[in-house]
Amino acid sequence: MFMIKYVIRNLFRHKLRSILTVVGVAVAVLAFGLLRTLVGLWYAGAEHASDTRLVTRNAISLIFPLPVSYLERIRGVPGVNAISYGNWFGGVYIDEKNFFANYAVEPKTYLDLYPEFILPPKERSEFLLDRKGCIVGRRLANTYRFKVGDLITLKGTIFPGQWEFVLRGIFDGAEKATEERMLLFHWAYLNESLRQSVPRRADQVGFYIIGVKKPELAPEVSLAVDTMFKNSLAETLTETEKAFQMGFVSMTEAIMVAIQIVSYMVIAIIMVVAANTMAMTARERIGEYATLKTLGFKAGHLGGLIFGESVAISLLGGVLGAAATFPAAGWIERELAQYFPYFSVSAETLLLELLCALAVGVVSGIFPTWRGATIRIADGLKRIG
Amino acid sequence: MGIPYSYSFRNLWTRRFTTLLTASGMGLVVFVFAATLMLAEGLQQTLVETGSFDNVVVLRKAASSEVQSGVERGQAALVESQPEVAIGPDGKQLLAKELVVLINLRKRDSNNPANVVIRGVSAVSLKLRPAVRLREGRMPREGSAEVIAGASIARRFKGGGLGETLRFGMRDWRVVGVFDAGSTGFSSEIWGDVDQMMQAFRRPVYSSIIFRLRDSSGFDAFKARVEGDPRLTVEAKRETRYYLDQSEAMAKFLRILGMVLTIVFSIGAVIGATITMYAAVANRVTEIGTLRALGFQRKSILSAFIMEALLLGFCGGVLGVGAASFMQLITISTMNWASFSELAFSFTLTFGILWKSLLFSVVMGFIGGALPAVRASRMNIVEALRAT
Repeated sequence: MFMIKYVIRNLFRHKLRSILTVVGVAVAVLAFGLLRTLVGLWYAGAEHASDTRLVTRNAISLIFPLPVSYLERIRGVPGVNAISYGNWFGGVYIDEKNFFANYAVEPKTYLDLYPEFILPPKERSEFLLDRKGCIVGRRLANTYRFKVGDLITLKGTIFPGQWEFVLRGIFDGAEKATEERMLLFHWAYLNESLRQSVPRRADQVGFYIIGVKKPELAPEVSLAVDTMFKNSLAETLTETEKAFQMGFVSMTEAIMVAIQIVSYMVIAIIMVVAANTMAMTARERIGEYATLKTLGFKAGHLGGLIFGESVAISLLGGVLGAAATFPAAGWIERELAQYFPYFSVSAETLLLELLCALAVGVVSGIFPTWRGATIRIADGLKRIG
Repeated sequence: MGIPYSYSFRNLWTRRFTTLLTASGMGLVVFVFAATLMLAEGLQQTLVETGSFDNVVVLRKAASSEVQSGVERGQAALVESQPEVAIGPDGKQLLAKELVVLINLRKRDSNNPANVVIRGVSAVSLKLRPAVRLREGRMPREGSAEVIAGASIARRFKGGGLGETLRFGMRDWRVVGVFDAGSTGFSSEIWGDVDQMMQAFRRPVYSSIIFRLRDSSGFDAFKARVEGDPRLTVEAKRETRYYLDQSEAMAKFLRILGMVLTIVFSIGAVIGATITMYAAVANRVTEIGTLRALGFQRKSILSAFIMEALLLGFCGGVLGVGAASFMQLITISTMNWASFSELAFSFTLTFGILWKSLLFSVVMGFIGGALPAVRASRMNIVEALRAT
């Protein structure tokens, strides 16, 4: 009890220094938590992918299309429940800065395969009936103030021209993580236009989405589909939606790895700062430690004293930082909704934040503790300032 | 009279351990600051060096990259007939009609797939890119299923090395050569005969037309004529401009990321510097009192401590930049969103980044040292001398 009191008293001896260190640790822990959340988001798309959906695309690479005639042949593969298809459209809304995903899809089957896009029945039927119709996610609609009935024009980068769509519905994501910054329209609209302008590019789709009956059937079905089109003009590559998404993620992995390294580096920086503070504190009190030893306190006592102070400061900072993570994440979610549709901190991140703070306290305490515990009484008393 | 500079310097030296810790804290921040700037610089340099100022790229209208573009044979012939195209020493036009597509290749180390650029080229293509040199093997023979791979592809991708084969477009393609393209984006490409590629990929259109200008100043006239021609749906860009556009988004992302990280980190480092300098002041109260009693003015004390903080920052800066300069040995490869394909580039240290980093570290030292220095200079002589 006495020791704890002593540690707490020590904390307040250099108020400014302690406060600065606590703030430093808090900022570092906060930054660490936010960076980790950011990295987690990168992988979120893949984690939320359904395991009963497969994506079939051209084996050469994504930019090559598949003939639409594959549709019925894939449907015939045992285990296939539903099938839809579409194209990455790559249209630009007014300016290239306003980037969002837009796909030309076969609307009915696509919406059936993606139950997480929740569309009111009336809007759904209106969208299905209007070939020039499109639907957008709630978040996208909020960003550009789209209302049902609006005319939206996209400039095609892959399919040249100005493309006009009538907004027929706004869908909500079933979960927070569902991608809502997206525009969907009728593949038939794209195809009919292509038939007239560039006939050689018509009747081709960018990808098929296959719904399988059971997740366990996924490997069999993908193998069956790929074997069927082996040695054809357009060989296919079928993988689960998750693997497909991971393919994208892994392409930009280098940057994510860098961010991860950086997030640990911020902890390293604060470790150096905290270690410095503790070294300084211990050096200033060397004479005091010698006195304590003279009074009969053992090395263990002194060690506990210094170590306790170091850990207390860091943990205080850690708790402060962890507590600040939530408002900070909330702020990012509100202000930067355009880039981060949701920014929620996981329990794992929170735990890691506290663990990091603890590690900072332990590591920065080691050297001063050792100095304080092993100091010889005569040396300590001899020392000035 | 001012306090000699050696006073500040020796103060730091006396408390080496603390100085080193604080300086290395700042050094880490400077390291992150410099490294992100170097990365953005490396990316931009790689893509900018890829283009030459006198070369023109002709793409389909509204296509932002060669992969999205398509130029029909008829239109290509019209572009070919423009008078601005330079003629080589052999009397042939310095113009190449190329096909650019992406294929999936797996990396040697991780087996992860990545999009790799395949370029269908003709004999002139090499002359248009002076940076590209064959390092091993030979050029592919026209009309055969042979390709040459960029050095960075040969090293990192399965089937990309000399003598290996790649399978795409229902054919096996032998890698008969490896070319070195310096630090340009071509190092991340695979080249083969354009007519063979068009066959294999069943693409009856070219992706882009690249040619050397007969006269560098003829670009505007060419652009105006070609883009105004109702038979053509193309746009022309100088090659340098084209590649700069490709790097814009990514470089901006890296810079913003770097800025945000640096700002957060510098808070930690400034706190560290403040603590160190406060301790330096607290330990030397008597000394400061003595200096004041000897007749040194408040101004001199202030500048001596600021000097010490600046020196501390500078040490950190040197440490950080020193460590960052080693990053030049590392090559990063990632997907460039603008072209949707894999690109390898390395950290590049420029003189601009060097002085920016050092300036940044000195500023951090100044911010950290300002308050303690003011405190030191405000001390009352009598009280300071009395302190033990």
